[in-house]
Amino acid sequence: MNRLALDRIVLKDRLQAITTALNPGAIKAICGPNGAGKSSLLACIAGLTRLDGGDVRLSGTALSQMSAEQRARQIGYLPQTPEIAWDVSVETLVGLGRLPWRDSSSATAREAVDRAIAALDLDHLRDRPASQLSGGERARALMARVLATGPQWLLADEPLAALDLAQSAALMRRFREQAREGKGVILVLHDLATAMNHAGRVLVLHQGRLVADGPPEQALSEAVIREVWGVRARWLGEPGARALAVEG
Amino acid sequence: MNRAVLLLAVALAVAVPLSLLAGRVWIDPFDPHTRNAATIVLQLRLPRAVLALVVGAGLGSAGAAMQGYLRNPLADPGLFGIAPGAALGAVLSFWTGYAASVWLLPVFALIGAGGAMALLAMIAGRQGGVALFTLAGLMIASLAGALTSLAISLSPTPFALSEIVTWLMGALADRSWRDVLVATPLTVIGIAVLMLAGRSLDALTLGGAAARSLGVDPRRLQALLIAGVGLTVGASVAVAGIIGFVGLIVPHLVRPLTDRRPASLLLPSALAGALLLLVADCACRVLPLAGAELRLGIALSLIGAPFFLHLLLRMRRGLA
Repeated sequence: MNRLALDRIVLKDRLQAITTALNPGAIKAICGPNGAGKSSLLACIAGLTRLDGGDVRLSGTALSQMSAEQRARQIGYLPQTPEIAWDVSVETLVGLGRLPWRDSSSATAREAVDRAIAALDLDHLRDRPASQLSGGERARALMARVLATGPQWLLADEPLAALDLAQSAALMRRFREQAREGKGVILVLHDLATAMNHAGRVLVLHQGRLVADGPPEQALSEAVIREVWGVRARWLGEPGARALAVEG
Repeated sequence: MNRAVLLLAVALAVAVPLSLLAGRVWIDPFDPHTRNAATIVLQLRLPRAVLALVVGAGLGSAGAAMQGYLRNPLADPGLFGIAPGAALGAVLSFWTGYAASVWLLPVFALIGAGGAMALLAMIAGRQGGVALFTLAGLMIASLAGALTSLAISLSPTPFALSEIVTWLMGALADRSWRDVLVATPLTVIGIAVLMLAGRSLDALTLGGAAARSLGVDPRRLQALLIAGVGLTVGASVAVAGIIGFVGLIVPHLVRPLTDRRPASLLLPSALAGALLLLVADCACRVLPLAGAELRLGIALSLIGAPFFLHLLLRMRRGLA
């Protein structure tokens, strides 16, 4: 059900024959050093990039066989650098998530927008122009935009990059909620401790290759970190609240 | 959007009849004795007013679409080579003398616009990227501008020279129903094409990658935009010469009345463009100027350039 299967996907000079299968449920994290191909892989899974080989299949159908709108209804994508070109209100912004459905003024659309706004506690900011939102509010509004589409999968490229500690924690809580409700959530994460503590499964990329794929304790083991990032590091603390100590 | 459309429709309903009465000869609707009143209204002012509405609507909606596409409030459809291309076509019709035949001037201008559109699509089309599109447009604009200057400098007779220069300034004076017939269908189709791009322009609010993830096909969007802007701007240059700044000013005036999505701006911008051009043309007609009347293209540039500067300053303060 709603399974995403990557079958030997190739992107010239960036990704080499990546095969794996992802099921909805716990958060999946994609980690790796800069230039490893994390964002490229996420864009491939979102169906935004033409592959040089292989297939990404959603519930058995190749994304390349779907229309762009069909795909957009099932896979929501948050790009790394969030952009809001016009000073629209939060409600209008969230409403953009309905575009793939072509139903913006229908009751279904209004309901979906209301639900997304409520899910991210944006009710009091409904009419606030985007330019007057804090970084955290902006991130929540953009996530609500993705939820308003009602996708089965939620993909985000470094969603925490511009957020402070509290904002990051709040947004990760939202992603966990979505995963618990049965959505597929895939995040590109730079911070290994966040991946260790919040993801149910981690994919580690190195030079375009998938070098580890499994539960975070395995995929982000000290041996893998040494091999891929080239640093000696030790995990401290209890499961679910771990911190990474890097030796200088 | 409905509020903006309603407001502008009411303003137009007031402005159109008034514009028919204003001019060198003022017509009193309650005095049946004005000489040649029917001829003046039906043969001179009505086609001129309709042309102002059509050209203004086309330029206004093209401006709204361009700003949405480039995600930049300073974009103007005149920047992207189509207007200069059409102007080059028209200038060549003067140069060759074909402009003497009434239908050929607009046909030459439309061929020029079509050539610029094809070139733009050919250079920028494969990737569908905005940066390449902008640069290609600027390149075409400067090439067409250079060729126009060349045609002027090599102009065969002083008469052709003065014709070209006057025509390039843009005006709606001395236009007939024939020009209305040329411009109206093209502009209406052009605005309809731009409307088709509305949802994609909305998605682009979130940036290129997010728009694609919402199902936007960048190449289709670019093709719609080139066709829509080409038809509206090409038609307007073909009948009125170069009239700048309408596409820049109008979306700004209208945006606060809408929810600021590019799609909700298209129709109000068309109406506001129509209103702006109608009022500006009336003002040109009524202004007591020694010799001839003020050219519409010059008048709008005189208003538009300071407006542009005002926008720049506002943007620098982060308000636009």
